[in-house]
Amino acid sequence: MNIIVCIKQVPETTEVRINPETNTLIREGVKSIINPFDMYAIEEAVRLKEKFGGKVSVLTMGPPQAEAALREAISMGADEGVLVCDRAFAGSDTWATSYTLSGAIRKLGAFDLILCGKQASDGDTAQVGPGISAHLDIPQVTYVKKIEEVKEKSMRVERMLEEGYEVIETPLPAVLTVVKEINEPRIPSLKGMMRAKQAKITFLTQKELALDPQQLGLAGSPTQVVKIFTPPQRTGGEMLKGEIPEIAEKLAELLRSEIP
Amino acid sequence: MDYLLSDEQKMIRELARKIAVEKIQPVAAKHDQTEEFPWEVIKIIAESDLFGLFIPEEYGGMGVGVLNLCLATEELSRACGGIAVCYAASALGTFPIVLFGNDEQKKKYLPDLAKGKKVAAFGITEPEAGSDASGIKTTARKEGDHYVLNGLKHFITNGGDAETYVVIAMTDKTKGARGASAFIVEKGTPGFTFGKKEDKLGIRASSTRELVFTDCKIPKENLLAKEGMGFIVTMKTFDMSRPGVAAQALGIAQGSLDVAVKYSRERQQFGKPISSFQGIQWMLADMATEVEAARALVYSCARAIDAKVKDVAKDSAMAKLFASDVAMKVSTDAVQILGGYGYMKDYPAEKFMRDAKITQIYEGTNQIQRNIIALQLIKEMAKQ
Repeated sequence: MNIIVCIKQVPETTEVRINPETNTLIREGVKSIINPFDMYAIEEAVRLKEKFGGKVSVLTMGPPQAEAALREAISMGADEGVLVCDRAFAGSDTWATSYTLSGAIRKLGAFDLILCGKQASDGDTAQVGPGISAHLDIPQVTYVKKIEEVKEKSMRVERMLEEGYEVIETPLPAVLTVVKEINEPRIPSLKGMMRAKQAKITFLTQKELALDPQQLGLAGSPTQVVKIFTPPQRTGGEMLKGEIPEIAEKLAELLRSEIP
Repeated sequence: MDYLLSDEQKMIRELARKIAVEKIQPVAAKHDQTEEFPWEVIKIIAESDLFGLFIPEEYGGMGVGVLNLCLATEELSRACGGIAVCYAASALGTFPIVLFGNDEQKKKYLPDLAKGKKVAAFGITEPEAGSDASGIKTTARKEGDHYVLNGLKHFITNGGDAETYVVIAMTDKTKGARGASAFIVEKGTPGFTFGKKEDKLGIRASSTRELVFTDCKIPKENLLAKEGMGFIVTMKTFDMSRPGVAAQALGIAQGSLDVAVKYSRERQQFGKPISSFQGIQWMLADMATEVEAARALVYSCARAIDAKVKDVAKDSAMAKLFASDVAMKVSTDAVQILGGYGYMKDYPAEKFMRDAKITQIYEGTNQIQRNIIALQLIKEMAKQ
């Protein structure tokens, strides 16, 4: 089974700071990590490879330093890393990103499965995985929490919903985006880290991919970011004071008055 | 301070730190309370290849030496001295086979130990033979192609949970120290059972049990080195493993220093963080300096061993003595800086202090370490 895992390097923080003038994320001084949701996709791919054989290729689009994310994925058991990196791709929104990645995937050759994290922890759009499936015209299943069964040309998976889950059978190749319930990502091994350090990373640029320039980078991105802001902290609220029975009674009264 | 570690050593440190932060810290307090052996963490350490750090590559290890073992032990101990010692005590039980095993013994035992599929333990201490190892009463009687073991070992780290034991027993009582021999004993051998599990002050994640031998027959192929070599095996093993205990102490010291610095920045008294008070600053400065001095000594000693420097007994004793005394002092000071909170189990400071104490006691009390150092000093002078 040949699997491609699409990952993103993101800033390691839950409190992303935004430059109010440029409307972009402030990345200076923040360590970069693999998007936490993508770790589950890498783990699931490596588990499938361990069970069924084949190859795991990890793919990312980003600046040259995103190479570190690919090496980390290799240390967890992926076989190769591919970095899609070109000035022409800078400023891509989710449309341009998924278009570019799907171009790179075509270049990589035959595959059975594409795995992505459900969304990135910085942009939180959850659009790139589905976008790749649309550009490649193959099925997609989002929010996968379990791969139940793998057959020659299809796969049965559980798709998480707010309450309960759906069981979906999809033909292969397909794109799955996974949620954290699917597995527990492993700690890399020392041998894996050594292999990752030596591994050769393939760089793909617009020269190799020859994609439609109209659909690349900032120019190819239909999304216009008008404004980015940190929502103001909620203030106010009322602290109830006194003995517990007293507080409980007051609280019940307040709740009752809120119900129309 | 930069210790000019190789890329590989930095990788080992990074990997061990990752395991410590992600997998050990969240469960450390639980294991301290329940005294359950941390199999789930041991499995993760095993899969990370860290059990094989000092085992030659031809026997399935990474073959990279004592400093690397120290780096891993230090980082794991920063999160929990108890879980770290399960790892380090397996190294203690493995060293005799690495150092003195013949090719067949190495082939039979080392690959599983290197992969962490099995955990090892070392058994020398007895109720009446602690610092005075010559008081050993456990016997091994040769009968045809077997040895028959009888006796009791106690305070054995990993006892009961380990699969592979190296045990010191007397093959000839008339010869005193020269009558001791080392044997490999597998868990499950008839006549080999486990006695009481100790309820300890610290390192409570690790198991400490009695090993009981009652007419326990082991094949003669399980003798390590030769008959009468038991104490040489022990001394050479301790020379290798003492830096590991020193590294454990170092990790505990660093872990408690980390807690103290963090807390001092958060705790507000008299309208300011307590880290702004010189009284606290000077304590932190002393603690950090002592930790760094201990680290320099431990790493130097480990490097000397890896460079195959001939006699490392003194260096090894100094590293263990100094680092463990630093761990006790620094962890006690950390509790002091945390004040009342330091005394409570809601904060990790008191656990570091409890875990630190054993490092001054086991693998030779610090008084015995001083004996070793002094004896060597006097010998060196006599040679001049």
